[in-house]
Amino acid sequence: MGWPPLVTVLLVLSAWELFVRWQDIRPAVLPTPTDVLDAMWDDRANLWGATWITLQTVFLGFGSALVLAVVIGVLVDSFGWVRRSIYPVIVVSQTLPIVAIAPLVVIWFGFGISSHAFVVAMYTFFPVAVALAQGLASTDQDAMNLLRTMGAGRVRLLLKVRFPSALSQLFTGARVAMSFAVIAAVIAQFVGAVEGLGIYMLTMKNALRTDLVFGAVTVSSAVTLLLFGGVVVLQRLVMPWYRPKTQGDAR
Amino acid sequence: MTLGEAGQGGLTIEGLTKTFRPKSGPVFALDGVDMVVEPGEFVTLIGPSGCGKSTLFNIVAGLEAFDSGHIRLDGAPSHDRLGEIAYMFQKDLLFPWRTVMGNAVLGLEMDGLSRRDARERIGPYLERFGLAEFTDAYPDQLSGGMRQRVAFLRTMVQERSIMLLDEPFGALDSYTRTNLQQWLMGVWEEIRTTVLFITHDVAEAVYLSDRAYVMTPRPGRIQTVLDIELPRPRESGIEITDAFLGLERNLKAELHLHGTDDHDG
Ligand SMILES: Nc1ncnc2c1ncn2[C@@H]1O[C@H](COP(=O)(O)OP(=O)(O)OP(=O)(O)O)[C@@H](O)[C@H]1O
Ligand SMILES: [Mg+2]
Repeated sequence: MGWPPLVTVLLVLSAWELFVRWQDIRPAVLPTPTDVLDAMWDDRANLWGATWITLQTVFLGFGSALVLAVVIGVLVDSFGWVRRSIYPVIVVSQTLPIVAIAPLVVIWFGFGISSHAFVVAMYTFFPVAVALAQGLASTDQDAMNLLRTMGAGRVRLLLKVRFPSALSQLFTGARVAMSFAVIAAVIAQFVGAVEGLGIYMLTMKNALRTDLVFGAVTVSSAVTLLLFGGVVVLQRLVMPWYRPKTQGDAR
Repeated sequence: MTLGEAGQGGLTIEGLTKTFRPKSGPVFALDGVDMVVEPGEFVTLIGPSGCGKSTLFNIVAGLEAFDSGHIRLDGAPSHDRLGEIAYMFQKDLLFPWRTVMGNAVLGLEMDGLSRRDARERIGPYLERFGLAEFTDAYPDQLSGGMRQRVAFLRTMVQERSIMLLDEPFGALDSYTRTNLQQWLMGVWEEIRTTVLFITHDVAEAVYLSDRAYVMTPRPGRIQTVLDIELPRPRESGIEITDAFLGLERNLKAELHLHGTDDHDG
């Protein structure tokens, strides 16, 4: 990553701070970045509580999506009829707008974590499953042939060659999914929840606490960045041999 | 060295033909290939690029079907050879996610050996193969010569009675190549399994083999068989003896004059 983006962000924040002070804009309309930090600090207990709930939602949702994606990805890869019958359905599920689906899910499953996690899972499942299926399908044919000459059947081909060679694509899919997992959770909570960053934002908006709305936005971005970084670190641990290409790699 | 049920390593190929039928149109690859390889022989296959050498190996290994002909192992007709013949591909095919050790044990793992037993089997060879310091290195940290040695080690420890080596030294510089040829001879003198070896290099064929099969351009047929009656073990320096140079000249002549002068060996 390096310094340039950090410098850009600092410049934008300074300009924002100066502009609001100079124009004397009311805090309920647009608070300064320092106002936001102050407010976040004062309300840190509630903010942390909401963040923790959202984190749990993301872990639960993304975790189930991951498990399901591996199962479906392998099935899609192994059986033609699964590919033909499930793949289109999965693709269509991605075209459903999250703002339309989330209220329904909340109506069906209630205001609890599992209901929001369901929304997260629904939208993070797809990039992971597709990346894995593609990775499995693009395994080097000769590498598989080598294993066949050693007497390996389908299962061992999957475990010993196809899955390991699909890992880097699986992680790429996981990074993509992680980049909107938190947003999906927040939107779901926005629609109806007892606790969480989404409902926190809504409450603060209604109370005209614009500074805390910004605070919650800041936290949710920070959480996304952290989780994204977590996936990158996890990939390094799981794939110690992996050297991302210096150029053109999606990182 | 050979597994009891895996046989002695005799291989007979009779009238083998193969046509690929991709959408772009049929490719007539092999046109009646005949070969007889005795147990423990080192046989090279030499011929122009695209004449069907790798195709022949794929068929012998059991990876590819063929149109007509027969393949016998130790005289018995053989149908499914997958798992019975050790095959070192033209590419080294080291798995980037496995270390040197992990790659070397692959075949043993497929044979059902526990990780520990497999590692124990590999252990003594690492030194011999000049890989001891690289046991835990990943393939992308290795030189080309080392990669080939790992691929060969992986093939050899499978302890099959027949080994197919498809241009194992093709991509190496001539210094590394000469080194590995001598090294391969040393290892083979000990294990003495049947080896079929593909090469483009005439001197390499003469230095290594008991017999060289010269193939025609596609569709591949056996054009000539040349016996290499040089004493074993082959000492370094043998390549400048008259006998060696004579054989090399004969083989070169065959490769360049195919079809014009049809005397069978
Ligand atoms: N799966 C396939 N489908 C169609 N054609 C094929 C296939 N495999 C090989 N061929 C064709 O068959 C011919 C023989 O190929 P093969 O790889 O056996 O040659 P080779 O003698 O090993 O060549 P080289 O020395 O370059 O490795 C080539 O013309 C090749 O294009
Ligand atoms: Mg070839």
